[in-house]
Amino acid sequence: MSIDQFIDNEVKSNDVVLFMKGTPQFPMCGFSGQVVQILDHLGVSYKGLNVLESDELRNGIKAYSNWPTIPQLYVKGEFVGGCDIVREMFQAGELQSLLKEKGVAANADSAA
Amino acid sequence: MPMDAGEIERLIRARIPDAQVTIRDLAGDGDHYAATVIAESFRGKSRVQQHQIVYEALKGEMGGKLHALALQTGIPER
Repeated sequence: MSIDQFIDNEVKSNDVVLFMKGTPQFPMCGFSGQVVQILDHLGVSYKGLNVLESDELRNGIKAYSNWPTIPQLYVKGEFVGGCDIVREMFQAGELQSLLKEKGVAANADSAA
Repeated sequence: MPMDAGEIERLIRARIPDAQVTIRDLAGDGDHYAATVIAESFRGKSRVQQHQIVYEALKGEMGGKLHALALQTGIPER
């Protein structure tokens, strides 16, 4: 399986996927950590994939989305954005609406 | 090698001539910036598409030479 197929399969077979530096338990970069905090705050279950474990994954995800930076958040196979967009959407309540629209369960209903 | 704010602005304006660009050097180290880019030509585009246009303007420097650019994009208020 090529890296592109691997990524495609991950984002399509999991509702919410975060490509990040480090893991949800131990983010290794402040930008990745911010997205983890937002997802945890919303009580969303997601799969974290650590790009620091594989250069192939790290480069592959940038090519897959045509997006030069990590983290990258995917919901139901669709690229939502990096740290800035996710934070902006969260603050505007748009991330919560998007998750709801896509039928993704969030435990903590928005505190916003 | 850090990039200076003027260079970032020049690259963005070269690709998006109608952009209003504001850049702040967050840490004073020429390496961590926050940029706001407002352009009429962004109208009708998603946030992801707007950011992709700015990243294209930076010609691959983003994530490389330019380590951290917090980006906010938008369209002018009417």
